[in-house]
Amino acid sequence: MNRLFSLAAAPLFAAAVFASSANADPIKDRQALMKDQGKTLGSITPIIKDEKPFDAELVMAALKHLNEDAQKIDIATLFPDGSDKGGETTAAPKIWEDKAGFEAALTKYKADATAAAAANPKDLESFKVVFNQVTENCGACHKSFRIKKD
Amino acid sequence: MRTAASLVLPLILVGGGAFWFLSAPSYVDAAKLAAVGPGDAQRGMSVFGQGGCASCHAAPGAKGDARLVLAGGVNLVTPFGTFVTPNISPSKQGIGGWSFEDLANAMLKGTSPDGQNLYPAFPYTSYARMQLQDIADLYAYLKTLPPTDNVAGPHKLGFPFNIRRGLGLWKRLYLSPEPVLTIADASDAIKRGQYLVEGPGHCGECHTPRNPIGGLDNSQWLAGAKAPEGKGVIPNITGGDGGIDSWSEKDIAYALESGFTPDFDSLGGSMADVVLNMAHVEPADREAIAAYLKAIPAHPNGYPAATK
Repeated sequence: MNRLFSLAAAPLFAAAVFASSANADPIKDRQALMKDQGKTLGSITPIIKDEKPFDAELVMAALKHLNEDAQKIDIATLFPDGSDKGGETTAAPKIWEDKAGFEAALTKYKADATAAAAANPKDLESFKVVFNQVTENCGACHKSFRIKKD
Repeated sequence: MRTAASLVLPLILVGGGAFWFLSAPSYVDAAKLAAVGPGDAQRGMSVFGQGGCASCHAAPGAKGDARLVLAGGVNLVTPFGTFVTPNISPSKQGIGGWSFEDLANAMLKGTSPDGQNLYPAFPYTSYARMQLQDIADLYAYLKTLPPTDNVAGPHKLGFPFNIRRGLGLWKRLYLSPEPVLTIADASDAIKRGQYLVEGPGHCGECHTPRNPIGGLDNSQWLAGAKAPEGKGVIPNITGGDGGIDSWSEKDIAYALESGFTPDFDSLGGSMADVVLNMAHVEPADREAIAAYLKAIPAHPNGYPAATK
């Protein structure tokens, strides 16, 4: 009886583990996604700062990757209700207090990231315009929706 | 009974008289004001960026050119109550009727044109270190901005903070035009940075911890603090533990310009607006701020560690 039960339950148990692991820790998942976007921007910022020469291929690869990451930001899975607590998070309570505002900011970022990936800048000047358009979203969103905690 | 009254009454009168005398608003020396040259609006635009006026005086949520419409109405929710920032556009509801002297007295002495003490939510405790010529230039620039007749509404403060007169005593303790730090052998860049950070930039107002009556604890200058409004903390920007020792001067200047930290996080909270303001500041001034921040004493975090 005991054995029969464990055999029957095993696949169910495995399925449950799999389902929860996809979204086990929204705080860690969203932080990893944010960090990856930071890393991507870090790869092309030396060009903006005139520390490295313009490289169209590198820039395009980075802008495409940034757009892929941007589209992965899903409020339901990464910012579910209750995920303002339960780990070290700097997400501001305002994300859940002003869901419409957060969603609007995110929608704008996604649209700007898509436009940046499609822009295909061919020189430093046009790249700077594209870069500024997409990165103004970072500060705009962090202004309201992130707080530094001790 | 009669003797008690005859003792107490003079005490009340003397005490009240002393309070009235000590809490009186002060003014900038008229001869100094008269000696200032005409304001240059173009230079005033830089001063406007250094001072971060738009952060508090643009309408809540204003973006782009709308940040130049200084309608006020931003609520600053603090432990002392809610301060509502005023309209400072050149209009009847704003400060259209103010003279240069009025602006100088407000910014350097915290005194309004009708002789009231202003609340230090308006950071005149830092602006007090500004040069008069910068105020004249700012005055000229403010005159060029679009007027609005927005009525921002009154502050919402409880007793005793609603008694403006009492602020006169507070100002005696915490209002001084003297520099915060003495830096030996400071380069010109460090000196310029000191002026910008301690004066118009008013960085210490958020980055330095306060005592229970709201005075800055300058022994922990720029060590970080509990956020003056809302939740969270304001970071330590000294080279101490928890601070920005690993940042180079270039990193600091670039963070002010772009909002990106050296590890490509982006600055948030009220600092996001500071970055927008800093975009209008001369590049050499951002570098000067960086030079100063690398030259100041290191402190550990000025706020209590998280309790878990």
